[in-house]
Parts: sequence; C-alpha cells; structure tokens
Amino acid sequence: MAEQLTVNDHIPIQLRTEALEQLLVERGLVDPAVMDGFIKTYESDVGPLNGATVVAKAWTDPEFKARLLEDGTSAVGELGFKGPQGEHIVVVENSDAVHNVVVCTLCSCYPWPLLGLPPSWYKDPSYRARVVKEPRTVLAEMGLDLDSATDVRVWDSSSEVRFFVLPQRPSGTEDLSEQQLAELVTRDAMVGVAEVSG
Amino acid sequence: MATMKPATGIADLGGDEGWGPAPVPDANEPVFAEDWEGRAFAMALLSMRLSGTNLDAFRHSMNVLDREQYFDDGYYGRWLYGAENLLMDSDIIAPGTVEARAVNMSGGTATEPAAPEPNKPDYAPTAAGSIRQLDAPQKFSVGDRVRAKAQQAPGHTRLQKYTQGHGGVVAMVQPAQVLPDSHAHFVAENAQWVYTVEFDSQELFGGQAESFTLLTDLYEDYLEGV
Repeated sequence: MAEQLTVNDHIPIQLRTEALEQLLVERGLVDPAVMDGFIKTYESDVGPLNGATVVAKAWTDPEFKARLLEDGTSAVGELGFKGPQGEHIVVVENSDAVHNVVVCTLCSCYPWPLLGLPPSWYKDPSYRARVVKEPRTVLAEMGLDLDSATDVRVWDSSSEVRFFVLPQRPSGTEDLSEQQLAELVTRDAMVGVAEVSG
Repeated sequence: MATMKPATGIADLGGDEGWGPAPVPDANEPVFAEDWEGRAFAMALLSMRLSGTNLDAFRHSMNVLDREQYFDDGYYGRWLYGAENLLMDSDIIAPGTVEARAVNMSGGTATEPAAPEPNKPDYAPTAAGSIRQLDAPQKFSVGDRVRAKAQQAPGHTRLQKYTQGHGGVVAMVQPAQVLPDSHAHFVAENAQWVYTVEFDSQELFGGQAESFTLLTDLYEDYLEGV
C-alpha cells in the first residue's frame, strides 16, 4: 500500500472496496466466488451481442419484428433473453422520420439482458442532464447529426420499463445473412446515439 | 432500521446545466475499467439481500449521497457508497467500520467498531420484481391530457424535477408496478398503474428549446388530470 492512512483521511475507492469485501467475507456474509460469478456474467455472457441478435432477427423476420414491437419482453424471451433489469421491455423503432434515443436521468437504468451493463457515456452526468433538454446538440457532439426534419423522441427510463431502440437496417445489406447483419449492429445504435452503417 | 432520509436531489440530473460536452463513445471500453468496479458492482447487488431491502431502497441509498460520494468515483463509486448505506441502515455494519478497516489495511491503526445486531426492515415483497397484477381501473387512458404534480417528496421518488408542473399526454399504459416512493422505505408496495407520458420539449423548457418529444414513465400518484 502506497500510503499509511488515518481515520481522518479520504479513503481511496479501491481500498474502500477491498475493505468492505474483506469485512463481509470475514463475517461470512459474502462468498467471493459468488461475486466472481456476477462479474464474469456481465463481462463475458450478457452484453450487446444479445441485442444485436434481436435486431438482426427483426430485420429478417417480419413476424418476429411485429411481435417484438407489440410485446418486447415476450419476443426477446423467445431468444432466451431475460433476467435482472429486463422485467418489461418496450422496443421503439427508428425510421427515416423518427429517431428514438434512451436515457435514465435519475440513475442509469438500462436493459441489461439485451445490452449488458451500461457504457460510461450513458452514465456520464453530461449525457444524463442534457439529452432530455437538447438531444440534437448532444447527439451531434457524440457523432450523430440528425436532419432537422427528423422527429426526435427521447425516452427517460424512470420506472422498471426498459426501452430498447430498433435501429434502421442500412441500405445495401440485402444479401447479408442474419449472422452478418448482427455483426453490424452496435451497442450505441441500440440506445439511439448512433446509426448502423453497412 | 434508519428513518426515512430525504433525497439530496443529487441524482436528479435531467435538465441540469454546466456539465460540458457529452462524452464521445468508445466502442471498445471494458465492462469494468478497473477491478474494484466489478467488486463494487457485485457487492452492491448482494447488499440488497444482506440488508433485507430492495432495489428502490438501493436507488434511494444513492440519492442521499453528498456530491463527492456521488460523482468523484463514478458510477460504481456511488454503488459502493449506496451499498454501504444499506448495510449501515440495517445494522449489518456499524458506521466507521469500513474506514477503520481501510486504515488498518493501509498499515495505519484504527479501532474497528464491533459488528452490531442486525436490524433489517420489517418487510417482505408480495412477489418477485416490481410488476404487480392490479385489479384497480386505470385512472388515465392513452390520449388523456395530464400534468406531473409539483411535489417535494419526503423521501425517495422517481418524479424528476424537470417534469414537475408540466403538462403532457398519455402515450402508453405500462404494467402496474410498486411505487418507489413508498417501497424504498418499506411503507407499502402501493402498486399502481404507470403511464408513459409524452411532453413537448417547449412545454418543458420554453419556446427557445430544441424541438423534440420527451417521453417518460410516471406513476399514477405523480399525475393529475388536466
């Protein structure tokens, strides 16, 4: 340890985390292996690939897409995507006329079963504060310039409903397989701060 | 169990000024930038069970943080401080214990308070999750004009300050859910209908605001008819 602390010092967050874990493990309240399991789940198993699978299927299977827009929770459940922060999923579709973008101004609610844990930009105070007030400016700062005629719809997640954006399928991808399409779909497009490019 | 603490408002960021430009996304960022973030994440999830509380209480445990605790160590920093609050509120760990242990781990010397007698809230959920079956009729329907109440909640709430007092239109009726305001404090589940309300940006932020539509979920208690 670099520095010997006293109780009046600020405790660096890394040390603070280790201290809490040591206390809880020592008292038999927490099993480090259980913690490792949670971490591994969200590092390796549950991430944006799930959402990309949903999007590619919606792009290639009109009946699935209809079910997805009608009852998102049940449609993504068909593909096995469910779990914490996925109690009720609502899918909103981007088009030439409408661009949807999702935020949680009060914390950082996010559809974990489809996208995993939120990226740092989603948790950033600037994004949380500003995308509900000046979304066109914020999206432009993030690299997405929208036509002034586009209807922008900002969804602020404040209940246990989780919103998920179905991006537009890029032109020139008619010959791609579902698998190839899924590889094009990015996390940021499924939150609505980017578009999918072909 | 601790008494109801008022929110500091620290988490209610919507519409705030002064935060600078939005970050440019990094497609390749790791899920946890540093190891401690994953440990804090996992302990925070476990802290709800250990403290006998719930997700709304966890959210509130972050809404009572001071500015440094909320922002200085980012998202998982506030999760860690929130988890500690839950554990202290239910007397799983005594105040000062984590700091004393950290001092001792750093090579310093501090007396650690003894482990207290746990005092968890007298509370059990009626079902898993937050969605509930509700027989009560919906007070509002799609297309109804409504207003978000202007109200200072005594404790937890999900009613953002930027919507308060503003009028909108019900766009969707969502499943009934437990009311975070009472559930966070173990008073009652108070399950009720939730409405996605659509607001015009210029109704929220004035005539000079960018033109767009804001949609957010408001619990029935947050709304009044217009």
